[in-house]
Amino acid sequence: MSDGTLLPALGLAAGLAALLGAALGLVASRLRTDADSLVERIDALLPQTQCAQCRYPGCRPYAAAIASGEADIDRCPPGGEATVRALAELLGRMPRPVDPQYGPTRPPLVARIDEDRCIGCALCLPACPVDAIVGAPRFMHTVIEMQCTGCELCLPPCPVDCIGMVPLAAVAPAGPAASEAA
Amino acid sequence: MSRPAVMRGGLRLEACKTRPFEQPLHVLPAPAIAILALDQGSGEAATPLVQPGDTVRVGTRIAAGGGAAADLHSPVSGAVRELARLAVPGGVGDCVVIESDGRDDREPGLGTCDWRSLTAEALLERIAAAGIAGLGGAAFPTAAKLALARSAGVDWLVLNGAECEPWICCDDALMRQRAKDVVLGAQIMLAACGAARCTIAVEDDKPAAIAALEAALAAAPAAGLELLTLPAVFPLGAEALLIAAVTGREVPRGGLPPDIGVVCQNVGTAAAVSSCVRDGMPLVSRIVTVTGSGVRQPANVEACIGTPVAALIAACGGRVDASISLIAGGSLTGRALAGDAVPLTKGLNCVLVATGDDLSPRSPELPCIRCGDCAVACPVGLLPQQLHVAARADDRSGQDRFGLDACIECGCCDYVCPSAIPLTARFRAARTRRHLHEQERRRAADARVRFERHQRRLAEQAEAERRAFDAARSHARGQDPGES
Amino acid sequence: MPPAAPSPPYVFAGFTVPRVMFQVLLALAPVLAVLVYLHGPMPLALLVVAALTALACEALALRLRGRAAKPALRDGSVLVTAALLALAVPPGLPWWLLAFGTAVAVLLAKHAYGGLGQNPFNPAMVGYAVLLVSFPLEMTLWPAPGAGWDAITGATALDTLRTGLRESYTMQEILAGPAFGRVGASGGEWVNLAALAGGLYLLARRVIRWHIPVAVLVGLAVPAALAHLLDPGAHSGAAFHLASGAAMLGAFFIATDPVSAATSDRGRLVFGAGIGLLTWIIRSWGGFPDGVAFAVLLMNLAVPLIDRYTVPRIHGEPR
Repeated sequence: MSDGTLLPALGLAAGLAALLGAALGLVASRLRTDADSLVERIDALLPQTQCAQCRYPGCRPYAAAIASGEADIDRCPPGGEATVRALAELLGRMPRPVDPQYGPTRPPLVARIDEDRCIGCALCLPACPVDAIVGAPRFMHTVIEMQCTGCELCLPPCPVDCIGMVPLAAVAPAGPAASEAA
Repeated sequence: MSRPAVMRGGLRLEACKTRPFEQPLHVLPAPAIAILALDQGSGEAATPLVQPGDTVRVGTRIAAGGGAAADLHSPVSGAVRELARLAVPGGVGDCVVIESDGRDDREPGLGTCDWRSLTAEALLERIAAAGIAGLGGAAFPTAAKLALARSAGVDWLVLNGAECEPWICCDDALMRQRAKDVVLGAQIMLAACGAARCTIAVEDDKPAAIAALEAALAAAPAAGLELLTLPAVFPLGAEALLIAAVTGREVPRGGLPPDIGVVCQNVGTAAAVSSCVRDGMPLVSRIVTVTGSGVRQPANVEACIGTPVAALIAACGGRVDASISLIAGGSLTGRALAGDAVPLTKGLNCVLVATGDDLSPRSPELPCIRCGDCAVACPVGLLPQQLHVAARADDRSGQDRFGLDACIECGCCDYVCPSAIPLTARFRAARTRRHLHEQERRRAADARVRFERHQRRLAEQAEAERRAFDAARSHARGQDPGES
Repeated sequence: MPPAAPSPPYVFAGFTVPRVMFQVLLALAPVLAVLVYLHGPMPLALLVVAALTALACEALALRLRGRAAKPALRDGSVLVTAALLALAVPPGLPWWLLAFGTAVAVLLAKHAYGGLGQNPFNPAMVGYAVLLVSFPLEMTLWPAPGAGWDAITGATALDTLRTGLRESYTMQEILAGPAFGRVGASGGEWVNLAALAGGLYLLARRVIRWHIPVAVLVGLAVPAALAHLLDPGAHSGAAFHLASGAAMLGAFFIATDPVSAATSDRGRLVFGAGIGLLTWIIRSWGGFPDGVAFAVLLMNLAVPLIDRYTVPRIHGEPR
């Protein structure tokens, strides 16, 4: 290529690059995904256990943290590998194993109160984030297994250690309508 | 009357249905021990009404239906021995075991009636009380199906006499011997569901059955009844495909036949309806094909529900060799039976005692070469090669796009695949995983709603406490509670 | 005792991949026979070279990928690739060039993408295209028919047509020249007839379906006929195009490679028509005498797009 054509060629290439880059940037800013709807979409993929194992007080705060980039997608042991993969696909990232420092991945469990040992102190009732324990002071407490998410937040408050975790048998979910009545 | 093929894909298979007709239709005596599975094949179990030690007669209601389960009645008179979890077709299930006293005492039943004098509701009550369920294999309660059809305002009843799968020929035997019952059953069902037109569809490889039905229709002409001959292609007898072939209407994807004004019933169910409505006695027996190279004298037998399969095989000359496969159903969609102690149910239409000659071994699986033979064979118009990729990857949007929910698990794609890929099994597994996933998603959505309500309740409690504190403080300072 | 297969269906049609591949090889025998008749034993030697190289490369690739070699070698798919490549190249090609082309086809076009069933491009055509672009001189040296071992520099019918047209002879003058027989070229038409015979055999045995071959031939013949009608001096007719070059071999053997073709039958019609049309375009105006290889590769690129718009209607969906 002679000197005469080098500079115009370079100029043309640079000009094209600038034009295309500007066009891409414009499109990206115009079509930016609504931040709120991203949090919704991430939250929809989380298991809603509300267990705080991810160090956030519930699934929605964790979803917000992922959306803002503050937290990574591998912090949810109840969601397990399936949730990490779904999040990775949504956000366009590489899936990875659940980080063990946030808890072990286990099969689904539900809480069960040993009625022989329960003293009716009602300390576990407010601990449940989904109000799945029924009871009253000095009345027997019981966990509604269909509504228990396995978050284990009721275990620490119990003074007699009468709550244990048992594997979840395949139960059909009652649905929000049933929760209205409950 | 016959029409050109109106189904895509499908297979022309060797029927293997001649040997059972070398024997007359055997009517077996009641078994000494009757095992009544609470789930007769529909997937839902009836609720037992009897306890061990109760005395029962022929026709005593021993389990109450509901949902997808029909009422269940004792086929023998005697005593309930136990309620146990035993091997049944399809796996393991709760059963009522009744020991016969050999006396054949019968319940009085509802009495005979002239069905023409009954209203549709009364007919449906009789059909429900008789515990009639879909004898083509689905075992869905017939009264519930007809009632749903009636409320949807169907105009066309299709009777399924296609029996397209190799080996199964019990419907053929029924149509040859009891064509009059089938025709009468059609008329009763028309009255019960409110339809005006009924087509009895039979495949053209059953000339004797067609002749018998034509004679029965000619002898007792009734408005709205007709016979239609269809080409013998598998799986033309699948409900949605048969409806499309007979009526030209397609059941919408994800919908049911009443959505397009059609209801489909098996010819065996129709015959059961006619005898049970007429006599007022419940359904306690069915015709079942016992066939295969592994049984000495293949035949169609009429036996009591609850008869062990071993007794059915014994009535047909016994097994040639003990180490032979037992399959419930035909060779394309049948399921292996756990053993010959399994009882006859309303949904069991064929016992295939198969040797290596009847079945083909499966070669080792090779990668898909995308030849497309599976798509050509698929009667529902799917692309199994694409669906296979989506099924294995749990790619839900791909599964929806390529129709995992529309797959009827007929096995045609498996049959033709040169790479011997177990497509049907993969699709079935993917559907199960999908179903579990949907269940989990519903649970999670439910938990989220409850959590949000919990948070709101706590916030309201805190707000109420704060207001009460403010009110108490104002009161203590002697101020008017309304001022801040 | 449970049946041999773990779940239904329990009967199968008996088609297997090795049987399909064997039928294709059998159907190629007429083409090989004609080539040997015209050019002596060289095509056979090339076929042997290609086959051995292909098997060796496949074994090596499987070993590197950590898979069992024996079952995969037994399916015969790599032999079909080798045969197509060996029959497509000029008979005078040096054997080590063919070995190189075969290695590229098997290692790069097939195993780098994941082996059997995963290649997006037709492996034989990738090998051919690499050879053609890298060694254009050797790949366009065609011995005159009957020359046998003596490699006389000759031209194929399409070569002659192209160069002749470039020098502005008319169609009629070119067709009267020594490279041409009655319809196509002396020799070229026989190869195409043999390929047609093999292709019809495959159709009869249901190894391939009619959609791709018919679409390719129609896609080639229709534009050719139209152009010939409009300007007979500059374009040869449908019969010439169908009987020359790799038209029949391409329609029945190359384009029908199921792995790299479109998925549904409707998609395959579009795919085949595109190959036919592109072949004619490249032959008429392109820089290479025969366009089949590049046409196939270009349509392989288009397959995902074709698939997207040709999903068949599922039972129960609105018509």
